[in-house]
Amino acid sequence: MDNALDVNVRLAMYKQLLRLRLVEDAIARRYSEYEMRCPTHLCTGQEAIPVGVSAHLRTDDLVFSGHRSHGHYLAKGGSLKSMLAELYGRATGCAGGKGGSQHLIDLSCGFMGSAPILASTISVGVGAAWEIAMRGESRVVVVYFGDGATEEGTFHEAMNFASVKRLPVVFVCENNLYSVHSSLDVRQPNRPISALGSAHAMAASHADGNNVETVYRMADEAILRARVGDGPTIMEFTTYRWMEHCGPNGDIELNYRAASELAAWKERDPLTMYREVLIADDLLTPADDMALRRQIDEEVEEAFSFARASAFPCASNLMAHVYPARTRPA
Amino acid sequence: MTRQIRYQDAIREAQAQILAADPRTYIIGLGAPGPTGIFGTTKDLQREFGVDRVFDMPSSENAMTGVALGTSLLGRRPIVVHMRVDFALLSMEPLVNQIAKWHYMYGGHMVAPLTIRMIIGRGWGQGPQHSQSLQAWLAHVPGLKVVMPTTAHDVKGMLIAAVADDAPVIVMEHRWLYGVTGVVPEEMYEVPLDQAAVVRSGKDVTLAATSYMTLESLRAADMLSQIGVEADVIDLRSLTPIDLPTLSASIARTGRIVVSDTGHSLFGVCAEVLALVAESCFSQLKSAPGRVGLPHAPTPTSPALADLYYPRALDIARAAAEMLGAAHRLPPEILGEHKWKDTPDPSFTGPY
Ligand SMILES: Cc1ncc(C[n+]2csc(CCOP(=O)(O)OP(=O)(O)O)c2C)c(N)n1
Repeated sequence: MDNALDVNVRLAMYKQLLRLRLVEDAIARRYSEYEMRCPTHLCTGQEAIPVGVSAHLRTDDLVFSGHRSHGHYLAKGGSLKSMLAELYGRATGCAGGKGGSQHLIDLSCGFMGSAPILASTISVGVGAAWEIAMRGESRVVVVYFGDGATEEGTFHEAMNFASVKRLPVVFVCENNLYSVHSSLDVRQPNRPISALGSAHAMAASHADGNNVETVYRMADEAILRARVGDGPTIMEFTTYRWMEHCGPNGDIELNYRAASELAAWKERDPLTMYREVLIADDLLTPADDMALRRQIDEEVEEAFSFARASAFPCASNLMAHVYPARTRPA
Repeated sequence: MTRQIRYQDAIREAQAQILAADPRTYIIGLGAPGPTGIFGTTKDLQREFGVDRVFDMPSSENAMTGVALGTSLLGRRPIVVHMRVDFALLSMEPLVNQIAKWHYMYGGHMVAPLTIRMIIGRGWGQGPQHSQSLQAWLAHVPGLKVVMPTTAHDVKGMLIAAVADDAPVIVMEHRWLYGVTGVVPEEMYEVPLDQAAVVRSGKDVTLAATSYMTLESLRAADMLSQIGVEADVIDLRSLTPIDLPTLSASIARTGRIVVSDTGHSLFGVCAEVLALVAESCFSQLKSAPGRVGLPHAPTPTSPALADLYYPRALDIARAAAEMLGAAHRLPPEILGEHKWKDTPDPSFTGPY
């Protein structure tokens, strides 16, 4: 490896990888209790991308996402307690129980919202970047989406506009090869998705999304480019979803993807691979790892307790927030 | 003929027969050939009919709707499937500006015989972007036919009639109906796209409903009959047109009406039905008409709020009983063993 990353950055990224994994695992374990009553898309196996990207983001940078957003939200600093309470439909949830897993938000850390209609937040992120550019600020917008979302017209329209205006936005495509049960080859020709960015005359790159340091290095360039006003970038990362499309289980029995394919990707687990690297580099011992796990497990347990102990929204909330109250005097 | 099958199997059977009967037909939708086959409704059809008749597609609702229109102009008869009506919103331009008007704006020189299945539903945290019932929007657009079959029998017959029709037809299917069984003939048959059905007869009040709300209305009719109120239950089935003759004949018998729809009350199907009733049956009404639909708010995800959001049989029964001054006689709702109401009532299994 050329110039190695800062030790603290590496350890922080490992901890964040582990944290995202343990959160998703805990949700999967508890989901079948039927207390989290909303569709939930886990990002297990894809954690390296938000971790590597977010390592460069400041609190006032903005992030938008889609249906598989737990990792994006947590890595940007979104409150775990509020996220779990949201999954439990509680008043303390980040959207007050109105949104569930598919509509996370935490403005205190710049997580501007996630929405499950494919590609719908891409143009919204571009709009935020436009406003930032018009104000002359050095903030950056990151928009996350999957390979499926790149098939929507709005993706192409938003890319075009972002490029014309050279906006401070980084498009992060998590290409996990599937859209629900449909593999990439029935939906797209054989070309990198990042090439669509090139066609729109923006910086574009494509790399392994399971290597957190690869992600980190690519994101470094893209985010710097955006920050200094050199325009948008699309980064495509190849990765793999371990769990079923939506829900806490595996789905290998459905036969739309091969067990051997999943097994091969599990061999390339972003978490295990990075743990091995850090152990080999003498930055982590198995004992450190265990301690870290215990610490995160505690955090996760506490967040679940918080969520489960929280009250449901009261009835008056049903009709609240349809229209905002007027803040400016008449 | 008394074979009973589930609503979802009736859809699958209809499509299999449509594909077999007419080589011009095909099915396209996200995941249509996939292992779960759009809630089972397209399962294994690609295996049976081949890769040229049953297609997956990119997540490109807008373009693919135009593509389907293009094929239909050259003689094909596509069935386009949207797993949720909310996803179909990305296809509104081709649907509303093009498909709905192609026949009219080119002076009748062409037809656009598309059938578009849109799935609606409720419950289990579907939330603001996965649960809408936008039939009123679509019915508002001249040129589109919109139907909402409730029974397994009707969904098969209406789907077959939709594909046979030269107009574009939107078929709205409620997910909570998928597991409900009904008597379905094995052969192909058509159910007209413009007629309501009287599904229960009574003399005191008319309960008119769409789709899943028809089941809630039947349940409400049971509750009402416990207090001596007999309801006429009308399954509207078609929105284009709303079958006014059937409605007004019922109101002539009962003098009272409660309409319920899976969509929002305001500016919706309920509003339109009541406008029609006010225009044409005003003198026969013994009391102001009532409507039961969704409140004017997006769908909340939390089960605690969703419970308050979705109307049930009791809301319909209460509205009807109030018209008769008999609300105080209604028995308390039986909640069953379910803590939350975000799953279908276990008694809704048919046959209907
Ligand atoms: C407009 C629209 N069409 C269809 C869907 C249904 N849908 C939800 S997630 C999904 C798969 C998207 O795949 P991808 O973007 O690759 O993300 P992944 O689930 O693989 O993370 C689909 C088709 C949707 N949410 N919105």
